[in-house]
Amino acid sequence: MCSKNKVVELDDVIIKFAGDSGDGMQFTGSQFSDTSVNEGNDLATFPDFPSEIRAPQGTIAGVSGFQIHIGGKDIHTSGDLADVLVAMNPAALKKNLKWVRDDGIIIIDIDNFDNKHYKKAGYVEDPLNDGSLEGYQVIKAPITSFTKQSVKGLDPKVALKTKNQFVSGLLYFLFNRNMEQGKHFIREKFKNKPNLVQANIDVLEAGFHYAETIEAFHTTYRIISADKKGSFRNVTGNVAAAWGLIAAAEKSGRKLFLGSYPITPATEILQELSSRKHLGVKVFQAEDEIAGVASAIGASFAGNLGATSTSGPGLSLKSELIGLAVMTELPLVVVNVQRGGPATGLPTKPEQADLLQALYGRNGESPVVVMAATTPGDCFHAAYKASKIAMEHMVPVILLTDGYLANGSELWNIPDVDNLPNIKPPLAKANDSNYAPYRRNPETLAREWAVPGTEGLRHRVGGLEKEDVTGEVSHDALNHQIMVKYRQEKVQRIANYIPEQSIVGSQNGGKLLVVSWGGTFGAVFTAVTEMRKEGKDISLAHFDYINPLPKNTKEVLSKFDQIIVTELNNGQFVNYLRDNFPQYDYLKFNKIQGLPFMIYELKEKFNEILEEK
Amino acid sequence: MSEQNSHPEALTAKDFKSDGPVKWCSGCGAYSILNAVTSTLPRIGVRKEDVVFVSGIGCSSRFPYYVKTYGFHGLHGRAMPIASGVKLANPELNLWVVTGDGDSMAIGGNHFIHTLRRNLDMNVLLLNNKIYGLTKGQYSPTTPFGSKTKTSPDGTIEHPFKPGELTMGAEGAFYARVIDTDPKMMKEVFYEAALHKGTSLVEVLQNCIIFANKVHEEVTSRDVKEDNTIQLQHGKPMIFGKNNDKGLILDGVKLKVVKIGENGISKEDILIHDAHNPDDTLHYMLTRMTLPELPLALGVIRAHKAPVYDQLMEEQVHQAQKHTKIKCLNDLLNSGETVKK
Repeated sequence: MCSKNKVVELDDVIIKFAGDSGDGMQFTGSQFSDTSVNEGNDLATFPDFPSEIRAPQGTIAGVSGFQIHIGGKDIHTSGDLADVLVAMNPAALKKNLKWVRDDGIIIIDIDNFDNKHYKKAGYVEDPLNDGSLEGYQVIKAPITSFTKQSVKGLDPKVALKTKNQFVSGLLYFLFNRNMEQGKHFIREKFKNKPNLVQANIDVLEAGFHYAETIEAFHTTYRIISADKKGSFRNVTGNVAAAWGLIAAAEKSGRKLFLGSYPITPATEILQELSSRKHLGVKVFQAEDEIAGVASAIGASFAGNLGATSTSGPGLSLKSELIGLAVMTELPLVVVNVQRGGPATGLPTKPEQADLLQALYGRNGESPVVVMAATTPGDCFHAAYKASKIAMEHMVPVILLTDGYLANGSELWNIPDVDNLPNIKPPLAKANDSNYAPYRRNPETLAREWAVPGTEGLRHRVGGLEKEDVTGEVSHDALNHQIMVKYRQEKVQRIANYIPEQSIVGSQNGGKLLVVSWGGTFGAVFTAVTEMRKEGKDISLAHFDYINPLPKNTKEVLSKFDQIIVTELNNGQFVNYLRDNFPQYDYLKFNKIQGLPFMIYELKEKFNEILEEK
Repeated sequence: MSEQNSHPEALTAKDFKSDGPVKWCSGCGAYSILNAVTSTLPRIGVRKEDVVFVSGIGCSSRFPYYVKTYGFHGLHGRAMPIASGVKLANPELNLWVVTGDGDSMAIGGNHFIHTLRRNLDMNVLLLNNKIYGLTKGQYSPTTPFGSKTKTSPDGTIEHPFKPGELTMGAEGAFYARVIDTDPKMMKEVFYEAALHKGTSLVEVLQNCIIFANKVHEEVTSRDVKEDNTIQLQHGKPMIFGKNNDKGLILDGVKLKVVKIGENGISKEDILIHDAHNPDDTLHYMLTRMTLPELPLALGVIRAHKAPVYDQLMEEQVHQAQKHTKIKCLNDLLNSGETVKK
């Protein structure tokens, strides 16, 4: 039967896996991602899960999703609308149907589509018969019952946990994937539970054979390979950020110290680094967010690269200590993985609403460097650059990522650490008779890093205002003004050490400039490049350095008739730009739904503006 | 700022005396504590460059400015986590935290208990004057019940902490109590604290001459001091009093003061102080003793050798490095699932 099927080549495909939190959708998603990497596809993924660990089964609240976008061309986002939706129960269908393409494939576990489950999901009518699925290709697969059959003899509770592999099997068939890759993934994941390996493989095969046997799939697909060259791996933003910090420690000759406290969605940074003792990384899981950053500052004083990871509410708690790092002029890297706020907000959902907190959320005149990462893989380079700036300029740096980058993944070109730019911290020399704690490098204005244990450099730092040069406590009026200006100027001068702002599109200006920053890069870049292909006069300036802004920012903004600032908040970067460059008019486009931008909604908005003119 | 390397043996108190002015109130108990510290430092066998003082906020927390070592004057309550980072970054450093009853019992209370249970190797001097001094006279978590202060004009209505009880409750391994009027005792105890591996918590009963003058008078004034306090020494019987004739025994589950020679009590009946006992039951009872029934316990009450956090971390790092094939980040980036194209 298989041979009768038509195989169609696809440039790219978007698949969304959705089920109960315990259905193993994240597992299946990761498995499919890993296989895709091995088959040479480019990819981007986005897990979308509730903050509850196991909300009641079958309810909307309990639906956990994993979207994967794979293809042969450059993939920049996890995709807008899914080509394929796997819905393990009615709640998963109800929650995700609006995100499926009009003629998409919907694979459901028919065993869960009964009145009991309809009620839990809040369906009044049977969705299979009320016309709501018209136009879609619906595959009603008996996933639960067939899974049970294929692992007879296994404890029924354990058996049900393998049903995600039935789904994997189906998709391996549908997309002509190599089953060995899927089996390899299972063997690796269940390395320590050998009894589960065979059961999962059996179910995987059962899913594949089921798909082969039924005649529902008249067409199967092959996704073309990407033509990128180099070494690649699939990496999430959190893991990439952790590795960027390690790289910076290696290149600077400083040890990495992470003082942190678990918080969604930043916890994986803490976890990843906890398992990197073999690379000399020291991790301190503190009693709270404050102690986390305090320990990082202490470690930095003692000569380590001190870092802390957190999310919005944690950044609030760390504010005062970040001010202490400003005053003591010590290196500090704060990786803030943004989530929806305020307060506890939307713990698992991305948002870009901590920008103003990062810029201004401290007492006194308290400038810090603020940067943002653009993609999951870029979290590596952003963390590296943040560490380089922190150490070379003796300054705290807040790196903003978000839940989308942190948990999402992409095919990542593995860098060679040897080729990364050098990092040279301004370490004070032992027994330097001219050493003064607040003597500054005339170019960078950074003070020297005098590490305890070094002979001849005993000195004291602290939160009280410092006297210029000597670093003694000073309440002198004029000295305070001088020191405030120094701290400000030190951060401003970092603009001399970062790249100029680039423009995607018309270098000499044009009708419309889209301005964005951080984790929205994939969607905005794709929207703008697609529109340019359609012949539209539109360009993009996507910022990863926010304080200081690149030196040519004003010039970039000046070249365009109209500027629209798009961000996942209520308008924070736009206000920052208005403050810095009040001479320009700014339109804004904001989404505050705890969701990334869709490419189509961006294009719709941009087209609307272009057509108005 | 030229200074030559000096071997630890050649150091004197002068090497640790700050060049700048000390700005505590005239008559403040902190002066004698500072002197006891600077005369202890040369005796502990460490290079002067390896000594670090970390503090929080308050009168006591100005301490790092007054000793000539590396120093970090932190933020209110945060001395201990800052110090933890310093120690973990470089376990070779000889670390001292100076804090007060406001700094470590109120705003830094959380850090206090967690630092003690981790048992990082550091010496914590808790200068307990039972008042907020630097903010000018508000009650603290150790202010006696009913005290009238600027924020309790009708007397406090909250129960004070005993730092020693918190120490034991937090699995602390070393606790000592001294008074600022007894330099000899301070020097002995600071020395023991410095040599002890782990978090050594020394509560110093300190007089604030401005806002809580004589708050410790019943244990410091010369005429009653010997009868109202007992100086504990490991391995020695718990005997005290002007005439050295009072002692402590266990009466059921309670400590009781007895007079040697009365009611058939002899020296042999008196409890022997065992500071090293892992079981802190008796240490806890000693810590809790209050007048008038029982004397206030002074000296090293508990000094138990427990695993030390920073040493354990070093060991884990060492073991992990020894047993891995992934020696650098390039190794890690190219391990696991990768594809070459």
